[in-house]
Amino acid sequence: MCTVCGCGAGETKIEGEGHAHEHVHADGTVHSHPHGHDHDHHHEYGAAAPAAHEHSHRHADGTVHSHPHVHQGEHVHEHAHAHGIGGDLDFGTGPACAHAPGLSQARMVQIEQDILGKNNAYAAANRQRFDERGIFALNLVSSPGSGKTALLVKTIELLRDRVAIAVVEGDQQTSNDAERIRSTGVPALQINTGKGCHLDGHMVGHAVERLKPADGSLFLIENVGNLVCPAAFDLGEHHKVAILSVTEGEDKPLKYPDMFRAADVMLLNKCDLLPYLSFDADLAEANARRVNPNLTIFRVSAGSGDGMSAWVDWIAAGLEAQRGKHDESVEALKARIAELERQLAAK
Amino acid sequence: MHEMSLAEGVLQLVEETAMREGAQRVKLVVLEIGQLSAVEPEALRFCFAAVTCGTIVQDAVLEIVDIPGAGTCLACGATVPMAEVWGECPACGGGFLQPSAGTEMRVREIEIE
Repeated sequence: MCTVCGCGAGETKIEGEGHAHEHVHADGTVHSHPHGHDHDHHHEYGAAAPAAHEHSHRHADGTVHSHPHVHQGEHVHEHAHAHGIGGDLDFGTGPACAHAPGLSQARMVQIEQDILGKNNAYAAANRQRFDERGIFALNLVSSPGSGKTALLVKTIELLRDRVAIAVVEGDQQTSNDAERIRSTGVPALQINTGKGCHLDGHMVGHAVERLKPADGSLFLIENVGNLVCPAAFDLGEHHKVAILSVTEGEDKPLKYPDMFRAADVMLLNKCDLLPYLSFDADLAEANARRVNPNLTIFRVSAGSGDGMSAWVDWIAAGLEAQRGKHDESVEALKARIAELERQLAAK
Repeated sequence: MHEMSLAEGVLQLVEETAMREGAQRVKLVVLEIGQLSAVEPEALRFCFAAVTCGTIVQDAVLEIVDIPGAGTCLACGATVPMAEVWGECPACGGGFLQPSAGTEMRVREIEIE
């Protein structure tokens, strides 16, 4: 978040998208945020026609400039702007549509909505898209330095001849990780979250639009290295995969239970180093299962390749299940076409 | 600090509702935050003050209703209070507890005028 003006949401950057706006504040601080225009993003829950609205910016020297802003595609962003504070004063908008002096118009309005409702709706749209296309999506979460990217590179090397793969890389800054992935020959998109500490369903929706993963492919999301925040944000993945490396502590699942509860797979990475460390792998697994008895655990080493075959087999089984879902949705569509044709013929 | 994202989510829900109701300002925002949810209420308060600055929600009082945690034992079926997101059943002495209350993060209601 910008600590000068409190604007928090504009720091996410998706590689190659949009252009930067620069703002100068009264104290001379300059910050810029990117600004994408051409959205082609299919979140289908009642979004209506493309919306155009006017943005206006006031600069320190008092000049105001405004520019129209058209969102294209089916995806309409709901930017909430508090207009009208300085406008007309209407005392007739209360429950009685009238104003009696001294009578407060204050009233309670029930909302009863989940704070993460919007994110969850984006995630559900992503998941539906993955299922319809038979794509198997994994969200890899861990603390920084557990070897997520090395593990991804090794996994890709073992699978790239069998299945199409696309990767989303989340980091606060730099596109180093996406470049490491691209060097393996698979497409990767870097999302920089700026000051943000996690990826969300909306960012991943945009990434899916950009990467256009093939039907029946593997979609890997490397979340921002952080064992706290990504636990709360569903991205539409089929599984959260938590990575714990043996150079960390055995009690990490107990210290960060939210993440190990949100995950259903845990990879214990860097196991080739176990002979040189006092790390108790059995204790680490037992701690993880105390927090989440349903965890599937693999002991692996991205460096030496030990244990990777079991993990790769697990992914292959997931891909197979997703292809089954894809075939089902194709069959259902074919049946619907046949039924509609029958109805048409009967007219 | 995902509380910043959550605060922005709260602001969005509140602003949408307030605008739909034609409100001039928001006086009170009531949230329900479960004790087992991934939210630190004090961090959320701090972020709420930051993100609402300059909006019609700016001067609203933020009331956070604590929802106590509870869980069901998968072994003996007892429902017991939970202070953390995981735990072993005190009734049967070892069953895994599945949280059944206290994981919510909701905007309950607002007061507008």
